[in-house]
Amino acid sequence: MSANGWFQILLFLAVIFAITKPLGAYIARVFNREKTFLDPLLRPVEKLIYRSTGVDEKSEMRWTEYAIAMLMFSVVSLVLLYFIERTQQWLLFNPQKLANVGPDIAFNTAVSFTTNTNWQAYTPETTMSYLTQMAGLAYHNFTSAAVGIALAIALIRGITRREMKTIGNFWVDMTRALLWILLPLALVGSLLLVSQGAIQNLKPYVTAQLMDPQRITTTGPDGKAVTQTVTQQTIPQGPLASQEVIKELGTNGGGFFNANSAHPYENPTPFSNFFEMLLIFAIPSALTYTLGRMTGSQRHGWAVWSAMAIIFLGAVTVAYWAEARGNPQFAGVDQAHSTLQPGGNMEGKEVRFGVADSALFATVTTDTSCGAVNSMHDSFTPLGGMIPLTNIMLGEIIFGGVGSGLYGMVVFVIIAVFIAGLMVGRTPEYLGKKIEAYDVKMAMLSILVTSLVVLIFAAIAVIEPFGTASISNPGPHGLSQVLYAYASTVGNNGSAFMGLNANTLWYNTSTAAAMLLGRFFMVIPVLAIAGSLARKKTAPPSVGTFPVTGPLFTVLLISTILIVVALTFFPALSLGPILEHLLMAAGKAF
Amino acid sequence: MTGIPKPKVNPLAEKKMVMRAVGDSFRKLHPRTMVKNPVMFVVEVGAVITTIQLLWNALHHDSLIGFGLQITLWLWFTVLFANFAEAMAEGRGKAQADTLRKARAETQAHRLTQEGCIETVPGSKLRSGDVVMVSAGEFVPGDGEVIEGIASVDESAITGESAPVIRECGGDRSAVTGGTRVLSDEIKVQITANPGETFLDRMISLVEGASRQKTPNEIALNILLAGLTIIFLLAVATLQPFAIYSQAPQNIFVLVSLLVCLIPTTIGGLLSAIGIAGMDRLIQRNVIAMSGRAVEASGDVDILLLDKTGTITLGNRAATQFLAAPGVAETDLANAAQLSSLADETPEGRSIVVLAKEKYGLRGRDLSAHGTIFIPFSAQTRMSGVDLDGREIRKGAPEAIARYAAEHGNRVPAEVQKQVEEISNSGGTPLLVAENRQVLGVIALTDVVKGGMRERFDHLRAMGIRTMMITGDNPLTAAAIARHAGVDDFLAQARPEDKMALIRREQASGRLVAMTGDGTNDAPALAQADVGVAMNTGTQAAKEAGNMVDLDSNPTKLIEIVEIGKQLLITRGALTTFSVANDVAKYFAIIPAMFAGAFPQLGVLNVMHLATPQSAILSAVIFNALIIVALIPLALRGVRYRPVGAAALLRRNLLIYGLGGIVAPFLGIKLLDIAIRFLHLA
Repeated sequence: MSANGWFQILLFLAVIFAITKPLGAYIARVFNREKTFLDPLLRPVEKLIYRSTGVDEKSEMRWTEYAIAMLMFSVVSLVLLYFIERTQQWLLFNPQKLANVGPDIAFNTAVSFTTNTNWQAYTPETTMSYLTQMAGLAYHNFTSAAVGIALAIALIRGITRREMKTIGNFWVDMTRALLWILLPLALVGSLLLVSQGAIQNLKPYVTAQLMDPQRITTTGPDGKAVTQTVTQQTIPQGPLASQEVIKELGTNGGGFFNANSAHPYENPTPFSNFFEMLLIFAIPSALTYTLGRMTGSQRHGWAVWSAMAIIFLGAVTVAYWAEARGNPQFAGVDQAHSTLQPGGNMEGKEVRFGVADSALFATVTTDTSCGAVNSMHDSFTPLGGMIPLTNIMLGEIIFGGVGSGLYGMVVFVIIAVFIAGLMVGRTPEYLGKKIEAYDVKMAMLSILVTSLVVLIFAAIAVIEPFGTASISNPGPHGLSQVLYAYASTVGNNGSAFMGLNANTLWYNTSTAAAMLLGRFFMVIPVLAIAGSLARKKTAPPSVGTFPVTGPLFTVLLISTILIVVALTFFPALSLGPILEHLLMAAGKAF
Repeated sequence: MTGIPKPKVNPLAEKKMVMRAVGDSFRKLHPRTMVKNPVMFVVEVGAVITTIQLLWNALHHDSLIGFGLQITLWLWFTVLFANFAEAMAEGRGKAQADTLRKARAETQAHRLTQEGCIETVPGSKLRSGDVVMVSAGEFVPGDGEVIEGIASVDESAITGESAPVIRECGGDRSAVTGGTRVLSDEIKVQITANPGETFLDRMISLVEGASRQKTPNEIALNILLAGLTIIFLLAVATLQPFAIYSQAPQNIFVLVSLLVCLIPTTIGGLLSAIGIAGMDRLIQRNVIAMSGRAVEASGDVDILLLDKTGTITLGNRAATQFLAAPGVAETDLANAAQLSSLADETPEGRSIVVLAKEKYGLRGRDLSAHGTIFIPFSAQTRMSGVDLDGREIRKGAPEAIARYAAEHGNRVPAEVQKQVEEISNSGGTPLLVAENRQVLGVIALTDVVKGGMRERFDHLRAMGIRTMMITGDNPLTAAAIARHAGVDDFLAQARPEDKMALIRREQASGRLVAMTGDGTNDAPALAQADVGVAMNTGTQAAKEAGNMVDLDSNPTKLIEIVEIGKQLLITRGALTTFSVANDVAKYFAIIPAMFAGAFPQLGVLNVMHLATPQSAILSAVIFNALIIVALIPLALRGVRYRPVGAAALLRRNLLIYGLGGIVAPFLGIKLLDIAIRFLHLA
């Protein structure tokens, strides 16, 4: 580990801390319908949208109506993307003349982008036309993120409202999230990325002459070695910058290219790398402030933020330590950090980012449900790779996905408040709302989904031949690959551990199911909680009220998250990355 | 403190109770009973599975017989221990119910027929509306209302209080309870409850726990525990495929052991015992709660409405000072005040005589010989007094005496006027004394606040509970007493409808309200309040409207009730936290034990350095079973409640039950492992 590495990690956290308040306060203003500086520009557009779609912005929805609107919107969007993919050959902006996308992969992708997962079982530059990227995938990058924000705001409203049946209007929340938050930030961010070298064009792919021709030896169909000399390289082009920002800002993670943020066009410089990580954490972190502002307990917002920040720091420390240590089996090889080399385990990492920024990026992208990668998690050391896996298993609530991180965290807050709240001698209360049987039931349901899907699908995959056939590395590393695939899809992260051939009937089907279950079976209980809390009275705070502020609460929340999740996944992890780490130390690699 | 007739705590009775509980623990093994407790039901199913596996192994002369037998036995013990905890909690109630049943023993009733004759019928034949005569020495055959006569009644069968109480027709002391005994006189009672619905019947079913229903928090907690159980069931069920993939498959004993250790058996096993014991603690304090919901609600109370009289202050105002007018000797004033009050039988009047005697040594005199004329108090004159030996002594409200003096052109001296105002302002009641229409001075009557109330209110404030005094006094007086007693707020000149409005207002703003009451006009407010404690001396209407009855009829009891409610919730929370925190250590015992054979490297997770895989698993299972037994006393007694703020309470309890819950099993399992190795059990 180096001072420079630590400086970058701490600087990153400091900048996130600094933007939390202004952005969070702005988000609160947007959804409280207070004045913002963008109103003169956006208000007419908003009104026009409502008039043309027949939305009454004054009307409000019960939680069930809110859920139905959200589901309908998702289904229609899903079908729309499917059709664009299936007909792209005949549509505009297809200079490469890419064929229509096959039905199974088109469906998997449609599910993947609708659920904010962005699991990519295809190679974008050889599969998706520019139109599909822009109108299909980028559209989902914006809307699935807006849906997440809307849901989080609906939950916050549920906490703040007293004896009301409604929790807001889904269409209004969506529209405002898009117009006031996502679009302006994406616009500014794209320009910044272009300044760093990200491309934005509709040109056909470019062919370049290699300065240094490469000789590649492959095995031919007759079993003999065939040697080829490659002198040309095709460099894909496209409207990248506009999609890149929302990929991070909306914690989507679906790369314009297969190499994702490791590709020089997507992530050209260390500054763009830093900026992209900021984009990933920006809204999730700000939403904790919004929570505090809208519920009138700013200190609660910061307590939640602190819990997230502490777990984040712990995770990034382990990942950075594990990667910087390098591989013990390379005894005698110089793996030390020096001015000439970043040192540590550089397998699967970009030299322009090095170990610290790769470990940080991996932590950031899996703390949230982003899933963009600037290095290959499969090539991390066992413990370094366990961090992304564990982050996803936590439910992506360490800052988390836009909106989904906050509502996932609030579910844990409810569990923590319920378990420990009784210890102050009152019915557990969360910000004045009594936590009762119904709320506990819904919170448990939403927590159950993640563990249920990951454990059951992974258990089937590791004993059935159709599952084990896809595993590229035997032993504990193979188990990690399978666990990661299901954690990533159910958690709507979408990053891949690589190494697992996920493009099979079993994996395509089961991961699609995992994505849908992970998104909607988590969201519906959350909305039910919002509706239930909104209906309740709010007890005014007193010294007898359970404190959801301060360090004590933060510690309680962290312990609850770690204990509940660790207890669920510890046995599986101990046979996966933990065992692999111990075996690696004993000189055995997979 | 008095109480319901408790079974004598002698070793023999205690032993009998334990024996009964042991028997009950086996009876409760029936799946139909067990399924109500999902956590322990899973343990029982696990025990059945290992038993079958054990038999199979025995028949096939397979290995693991010794280990399997021990695991199986301890799993059964786990279930039995949990059942025992519940049975012990119920035991005390059952013993009490037996005692109460004796009081319900068949009585003969003298029923008045339509024609006015008396017929003797068994008590059990009485119906609501019947009228019975009860004479000295007889038992009241059923709950009812005295409609004629007055009698002293021994209610010790219900309240445990041996001093007789007066029951008379009309007013707030007309209710009689079946099973109590009339000591003197004869009363005519109209029966108000059918057999099986009487107070005694309800009490028996309450203490026995027969009518026990799960309270809201208990239901929510059960859901949480069931959820955790499902998660761990899943974690263990899917561990086998992962183990098979890793070429280290596990046997059924180990898997069931892991499952039972992970699911929250500690709280699952003690949950219902905690609830029963909480109700029982109330009964020990002579409070009958009509539902567990009310007990729980009392822990949530935000505001206590306390009647001033009898709760905060002693029943009546008392004379505390004589303030003489300028030029009048204090003893003359005292003398006149005493004379004017000798025939005054009101508590205030008597307190004047007492003060005169205590402070000035004036003894009571027999005035009948002097042709004395007593002037009783009347609403018109608002004065009372005495005429004797040509002296005309009057005492009364300041305005009345001022008017009386003014008729002879005398005025109230300015100093006296000032004192009158001072007494009023400080919450007292001033009375002027005049002799021959000359004002002698002022008597100060003040409320006497009960000892120790200020401290109790401070405690309540520290718990986050507001206290509000309800009084019919004017706001000025009320404010002074409120300040003196240390309550947070007051409602002055309160009429029943004001009380009702206050409760509604507080509830609308999200607060839970508790109050006590005894009169019929309290009934609506008692029904509206979240916790309404009716006094046993009160009317039937009040008792039915409230959700608790205090047999001691002590309004201050409300504070204890709140503490018991809180204690109940704290105990549940503490044991839940403890139970979940325990799992961390169990993982470190069992996971390395499961896989150390196939992967010796995983031995580094064996941080406790447990001897062998088998002893590690056995230690964890035994710890898991024994911790239930170890915590039974705590579950029955309840975690102590401290009147400090929620933050301090949480910090303390998290430290003890959270951190303690993580550390304790590491030590316990290690010790058990040493013992097992010593005994060569594994």
